[in-house]
This record gives sequence, C-alpha cells and structure tokens, in this order.
Amino acid sequence: MPRTKTLTEKIFSKKVGREVQAGEVVLAEVDWIMSHDTTTPLAIESFHQMQGARLHRDKVIIVFDHVVPAPNPNAALLHRKIFEFIEEQKIDHVHYAQGICHQILPELGYITPGSLVIGADSHTCTYGAFACFGTGMGATDIAVAWATGTNWFRVPGSVLVEISGSLPKFVYAKDLVLEVVSRIGTAGAIYQALEFTGETIPKLSISERMTIANLAIEMGGKAGLVPADQKTLDYLQPRAQKPMERLQADPKANYENYISVDANKMEPKVAVPHGLEQIRNVSEVAGIKLDQVFIGTCTNGRLEDLQVVHEVLRQRQVSKNVRVIITPASNEVYLEAIKQGYIETFIKSGCVVTNPGCGPCIGRHQGVLADGERCLSTMNRNFKGRMGSPNSEIYVASPAVAAASALTGKITSPQEVA
Amino acid sequence: MGRVWKFGDNVNTDLITPGRYNLTTNPTELAKYCFCEVRPEFPKEVHLGDFVVGGVHFGSGSSRETAPLAIKASGIKAIIASSFARIFYRNAVNIGLPILIADTSVINDGDQLDVDLRSGVISIPESGIKIDAQGLPEFLLAIMDEGGIVAYLNKYKKFPNP
Ligand code: SF4
Repeated sequence: MPRTKTLTEKIFSKKVGREVQAGEVVLAEVDWIMSHDTTTPLAIESFHQMQGARLHRDKVIIVFDHVVPAPNPNAALLHRKIFEFIEEQKIDHVHYAQGICHQILPELGYITPGSLVIGADSHTCTYGAFACFGTGMGATDIAVAWATGTNWFRVPGSVLVEISGSLPKFVYAKDLVLEVVSRIGTAGAIYQALEFTGETIPKLSISERMTIANLAIEMGGKAGLVPADQKTLDYLQPRAQKPMERLQADPKANYENYISVDANKMEPKVAVPHGLEQIRNVSEVAGIKLDQVFIGTCTNGRLEDLQVVHEVLRQRQVSKNVRVIITPASNEVYLEAIKQGYIETFIKSGCVVTNPGCGPCIGRHQGVLADGERCLSTMNRNFKGRMGSPNSEIYVASPAVAAASALTGKITSPQEVA
Repeated sequence: MGRVWKFGDNVNTDLITPGRYNLTTNPTELAKYCFCEVRPEFPKEVHLGDFVVGGVHFGSGSSRETAPLAIKASGIKAIIASSFARIFYRNAVNIGLPILIADTSVINDGDQLDVDLRSGVISIPESGIKIDAQGLPEFLLAIMDEGGIVAYLNKYKKFPNP
C-alpha cells in the first residue's frame, strides 16, 4: 500500500514521477513561470549572466501590473527593459495592465489543479485556491527556471487548517483567514504548506478561496492549498488550457501541525499597524479616524468584493474626510462591475476608481500616504511604510469594513451602517 | 571581525528595500537606502565585513531580490538569524550571500563578531561567547561555494544532486 499523502506530497509526487515525502529536496519541472514588472528586470539580468541559456518561452508569463501605466521615468525605464526582452525572446504570454497577476492567471486559464507554478511574487500562493502548488521565488530563481524549465524544491510539511461552521452576517473569508493568522502568527508556517479543509471550505466561492490562499505567505507559508472540487472545475473548465481533475489530500495524511477554526463564532476583524498578527475585532478599534480607504488587491479586489462595497455605498456619499480608492483586480472584474452598475455607484458616491492592477498596494503611485496618515485597506499586509511614508499607518480589513469606514471616515463595523 | 547590526523579529523586505526606492536593479543604488526605514544611519555607517543579525522570520514579505542584493552590496559578510523567510533564504543563497541560522538572543547591536562560515561557529571575543550555527545543507552549500546559482550552473551545467 502506498502511504497516504498530503495534497502537497501528491502534487510533488505527480510532478516528479515517483513517491515523494515532506522534507525531500527534489528537482521538478514547472508548468508556468510568472514574473511581473517589478521583478522581471532583475530576472533578466540574472538570465543574461547564464552562459548559453535558452529561454523556455512556452512556460514564461510576464504581467505588467504593479506600476501601470508607468508613473515616473524610473518605472518607465524598467518597463522598457522588459519590453525589449520580450521582443528579443519572442515571449507570447504577456499581459500589460489587464489586471493583477494572481487574478488574471486563473482567469485566463493558466492555473489548473495539480500543476506547479512559480512566480516572482510572494502572493503566488494564491493559486493554491485551485489545488495548484503556486509558490513565490526571487528573480534569480525565476531566471534559472526560464533557462532550465525546472527548479529545486524542498517538499514542505503541511499544516492542516480545519474550518467548520458558517460565516455570520458581515463576516467574510478575509476575517476567517485573519483569524488563522492570529492563531499561528506571521511566522507560524515557515517552510510549510497550509492545507485548508473542513466543512466550510466546499461552501466557499472561488473568490473566497483565493482570499484565503492569498494570505498563506503572511504566515510564512510556502503554499496555501484548497482541495479542487466540482466548483473549482466549473470555474476553470471554460478557461483552462489543460484537462483537469478533482484533487484532495488522502485521508489520515501526515501533518506537522493542526489548527481548527469555528467560523460561527467570528466577528469582523481588523489588523492594526504594523503587523498582520496584531488582530482586533472591529468593535475594539471602531472610531479611529482615517485619511484614506483602499479597496482592491489580489486579496480583495474581485467582483464579489466590489458587490459587497456596492451594497454598502449604494445611494450614499463617502465621508468628505477620506479619499476612497477602488481598484478592480482585473479587466474581467472591471467590465463585469461596470455591467452590474457597481462602478457607477462608486463614482457617484465619491470614490476614485483606478485602472486594474496593484494600485496603491505597494506605495508607488495612485494613492501614496503622507507622514502621519492612516489608511484602511483590503490588502494583505500592513508593513510599516508599505503604502508610502514610513510614518503612515495601515489597517487591514474586509471590503465590508472598508466600505462602512468609507461612509464615516472612521473605522466602522458594517453592522453600524447596515 | 565585524560589527553587528542587530534587528528584531520579522524584519520584512519592505523595511530592507522600501517600495518607493525599489525601482532600480543597480545594487549600489539599492544599498543607499538599505534598512533606511528602521536604521537610517545604516547605509552611511556600515563597513565591509559587518554582520546583520536578526530574530525570527528574517526577510519576510515580498519576494523582492533587491533586499538581499542591497545587503550584499552594503558589504555585509553574512546574515545571522534564528529563522528566515523561505523566499529570502533562497534569494540569499542564489546570489551567494552567506546566511546562518543560530540562536541570536545573546548577540547585541555593536558587538564585534568572528564568524567561521565553514564550521558555522560564531564567536564574540569580548565576552568569550561561542554559538554554533546550523549549517546549510550540502545541496545549498554547493551553490554557495560557487558564489551563487548562476555561477554554479555556468560551471556544472546542472543542479547539485539533491
Ligand atoms: S495587489 Fe499588492 S500584494 Fe497583490 S500582487 Fe499586487 S502588490 Fe502584491
């Protein structure tokens, strides 16, 4: 009898073509190699240092999403460098300003269950929502994969996160995963994969699963995997470029750690500056004055998120004391939000709607914070200085809390404005 | 011997090379702002052969390789921390920047250190304290010995044996 395997071990065993276990170092061929406009330039430099290297161009995806369109000459120069490389290497899979990499790769059918995808971006773990082993690497690792089609991996041990119960009103997947962060801490899963399971997971939408997988790296995780069920296949089938199957861990696989979360008992959460493990219930921080509210990112910039915001803001005005910036995660999301009337709501209620992309998430354009300013954001990290001045503050919460706070200019529970 | 620049837990890559200065691939440019968020004096006062010492989860957050690159270009001989974020760990090995995992609680800012990268023995001559660092696995040592993964692949045309 073959031993029972975690989802991680299953994926790696399939990729390597033999039974592998957590802890082993393996060389594996990757399915896709993603990099974006801020990490590609360094990868190009490393690639050029490799003698006689030939690009595995059928695996290469380059996304321009972090600073698009270029806000200054430096960014423009880096973009230029990438455009030239794309031309020189005849790269086909290029996506300029179509949306955030982690949103558009699944949308465009690159991601399938059981595949192995590396990306020069830490939130590559988002693809785990589709039982794809997606993991972030640096520029040189990407260059090595460009040149070899492979890379080395230490098959990580897994942490089983079992979620039970149903999300109460005003509580979302974001709150759920913030609760997981608060339980195990921001270093709680270093060198490990998080595997989400339990009765709640099948009930979660694709969008909610992506929110959860997205935060795996905020616990130090190498990946954040959700089993692939019929819902996964239904989402991917019309998009995917490869045949697909359901995929889940074996029963009684070996886990290095186990935690369980009861969704029934939860309240909306807010992570306070400057670390994601500093998590409070919204009631504990309500009333804190804000200068900016930002709704978007690979964590919470999808249609369902915008729908929640639309419901809160409809026929109302955001507070004059805050700038409210909304950035749809992709063109697909943007177009659908236009169709549904969400964008009209946002503009009429006084929000700024930007083009799809990372927006102000990395503090380079479209809403940089000044000294002493405070922002509530739907993003995934509240590091000091992340959105601009090192003397600004970032609070992280769900789109519902963000929308409620936009109305009042202060941190506000969605319940208060319902 | 080199001076210790001591940092706490969870030093993330946004603190090492902040987004707003991260729009270049030039290591010397990057080094000008290295750690500017937490230790503004670092870029000016750091010397060749100094050490960066951290607590748990050093290098967490973004995958930006500019972070280890800036530290390397600052002249740092090695980073010692009680644990590293995995992307940072790989990035450091890939560019040939030595990293050591060790109990760093007894190392203080400004200490003078002697580190034997081969044996992993860290000593603080002034107090006579010696700490054994956890060495890199063979696989990574092979890469580090060549000065990084690009140099390794150029020389051997394949990955080291896992
Ligand atoms: S939205 Fe933010 S966290 Fe997501 S990929 Fe862009 S910069 Fe990174």
